[in-house]
Amino acid sequence: MANKVLMKGNEAIAEAAIKAGCMHYFGYPITPQTEIAAYMAKRMPKIGGTFLQAESEIAAINMVYGVSAAGYRVMTSSSSPGISLKSEGISYLAGADLPAVIINVQRGGPGLGGIQPSQSDYFQATKGGGHGDFHLIVLAPGNVQEMASLTVKAFELADKYRMPAMILADGTMGQMMEPVEFDFDVTPAPEKPWATNGTKMQRKHNIVNSLSLVPEELEKFNFERFERYAQVEENEVMYDEYLCDDAEILVTAYGIASRVTKNAVDEARKKGIKVGLIRPITVWPFPKKPFAKMAEKVKHVICVELSMGQMIEDVKLAVECKVPVTLCNRSGGMIPSTEQILAEIEKYAKGE
Amino acid sequence: MKTTKYLFSGFGGQGILFSGKFLAYKGLTEDKQVSWLPSYGPEMRGGTASCSVIISDELIGSPIVDSPDVLVAMNLPSLDKFEKTVKAGGTIILDSTLIERKVERTDVEVVYLPATRLANENGCPTLANMIIVGKLLKVAGEYDEKSIEETLKKVISAKRADMLEVNKKAMQIGAEF
Amino acid sequence: MVVFDKPKSLADISMHYCPGCTHGIVHRLVAEVIDELGIEGRTIGIAPVGCSVMAYNYFNCDMIEAAHGRAPAVATGVKRANPDEHIVFTYQGDGDLASIGMAETVHSAARNENITIIFINNAIYGMTGGQMAPTSLPGQVTQTSPYGRDVNACGFPVRVCEMLATLDGPEYLERVTVNSVKAIKNAKKAIKKAFQNQIDKKGFSLVEVLSTCPTNWGMTPKDALKWVDEKMIPYYPLGVYKDRSAKEDK
Repeated sequence: MANKVLMKGNEAIAEAAIKAGCMHYFGYPITPQTEIAAYMAKRMPKIGGTFLQAESEIAAINMVYGVSAAGYRVMTSSSSPGISLKSEGISYLAGADLPAVIINVQRGGPGLGGIQPSQSDYFQATKGGGHGDFHLIVLAPGNVQEMASLTVKAFELADKYRMPAMILADGTMGQMMEPVEFDFDVTPAPEKPWATNGTKMQRKHNIVNSLSLVPEELEKFNFERFERYAQVEENEVMYDEYLCDDAEILVTAYGIASRVTKNAVDEARKKGIKVGLIRPITVWPFPKKPFAKMAEKVKHVICVELSMGQMIEDVKLAVECKVPVTLCNRSGGMIPSTEQILAEIEKYAKGE
Repeated sequence: MKTTKYLFSGFGGQGILFSGKFLAYKGLTEDKQVSWLPSYGPEMRGGTASCSVIISDELIGSPIVDSPDVLVAMNLPSLDKFEKTVKAGGTIILDSTLIERKVERTDVEVVYLPATRLANENGCPTLANMIIVGKLLKVAGEYDEKSIEETLKKVISAKRADMLEVNKKAMQIGAEF
Repeated sequence: MVVFDKPKSLADISMHYCPGCTHGIVHRLVAEVIDELGIEGRTIGIAPVGCSVMAYNYFNCDMIEAAHGRAPAVATGVKRANPDEHIVFTYQGDGDLASIGMAETVHSAARNENITIIFINNAIYGMTGGQMAPTSLPGQVTQTSPYGRDVNACGFPVRVCEMLATLDGPEYLERVTVNSVKAIKNAKKAIKKAFQNQIDKKGFSLVEVLSTCPTNWGMTPKDALKWVDEKMIPYYPLGVYKDRSAKEDK
């Protein structure tokens, strides 16, 4: 307990990034993630790092591209509309095989939308979010401690697989305070012989590039990249199971939705309903296996989201039509209540 | 196993978020599970502000407080909005200097505390919030000077250490009223 | 005795530029300057999108290919990553620098970012086949201004050096051309100064080079060189638009 401090999720991300050896941060103000920039503005000058408020989200992600190309750990953060602006740069990072960490503290959309919490950028985060064949590693924290620990993990995975990684949080996760500890081990950045940090006249020049005008070559690069993605899918899936062993109804949710859902599961259990919860922690790669397993034994799956239903598509794919999957949702910055989720669980428990 | 859910509400600028933060830190110093969730956005500037605080012996599920055990209301719009959400048997503490009406619910304990008047009379006009926190702790039987002092040291930055005594005094005024 | 050789930092491969295009001259000047300053081992170049998109193949220093217009932002990242060691230059065309990347250009100048920008202004989009550029002249016929640039509909050309000179940020802004031996010598002097400024930590230095595009202008290389004198220089006068250190020295 002694090492625990009370911190906002946004601040926990910033501090964890510094702990992970990220000395360079570029951002642009947007609610509800601005505390990350404010924290970095305070800390970076004191530790000899870079904090730069860029002229736009587009510039910020391209500054990230520059630092990453030079071989250093680097991060940017934004919220939904800003992530759309960064999407061009994210595609280029993926195309040039550059590691970087991007934080999305989601708010309601589309368009300018609102500033209240949302999970409506799931498609954008997990299905691309920019042009071209690529994936991001997408980590979805469920509490402030995970805002910190998954940020560190994001840096490690990004370096390990040479690809951008995203923290997919939401306004609640960013704004809430919970106790957090920073005593985790950090795997330092590996050697980066590909980095454009000056030849020192000792090697052939390095080129960081995503242009490939010969289609045979571009195809080869894409095939190679997807072999790496297959390794990520094999090795890096993370999820939490709660009361799943005897469950007849399965509920699934990530991030803030999983917190409310857990309350609903507890309430339902008090009423004798056998219900369990799967909380994906990586949403790309999506934890398909536990869903496939549960599909064999539950009679219904409920997907709780702060969106019009996005993760539900991955859930449906994972259960392979063996069991019905329905949506329990709010949208536009609203959060489902425990009662709403409980009512949904009771409905399917009664076999309606 | 005990879980207490608090909802602090009032105008932006009344120190709503700070009093919630104080309580959360107090929970942390006592080795409890805690969460603190503010309303955020434009309403922080002069509109209504609120924050949810949960203090528990077990892991906290949702940090959102829909139906509080304890409601602190520092202005009328907050009481109007949240009175009906308080759990039966719960507590409402309100600033009776700023809220003239009585609570309509009969199934909750109500504490009418003229916090703003007390703050003005005692030369700490910005600390009505902490006067209420003092009362809140007293009512809950959790008014412990040592724990309060330890917590204040954590929530008040070293630069503003002079505020520590004033906050302590404000809480005492609330507790003794 | 060798009297004429390729600069060491210029790759020994054939370039894709059209006959008569002045990109090759400017590439060579940049490479000569890198050689003379002995900075190849610590230089990182940023290529744009446009005709010089494949510049990353033409220099022997480390190279990065940036998204369209974003080279100054990428350069900012590379420079900030190791400001004492890295020498960073961008090489950008007019569409890249003055249209889609205008914000990055202006703000890296406003920050006095310690980088060097080589700006090729040939008044047209070359790579995509000759469309109107932000620097196309009034009345200039291009694929997307087939009746000549109508300033009422398309606005006026942007004079980058003049515009940036209004900012307090930048250290050094000069417009040169490469359409004669004398002009080339002068251009090299400017480019060298722009790199030397970075080594001396003086800050943002941009050299605008009035260049030719015989292919898309529909001219012979010789006529194109003449067109620079007759049409471009009157609209884009050559000269130093800002040289803060020189001013302070006085």
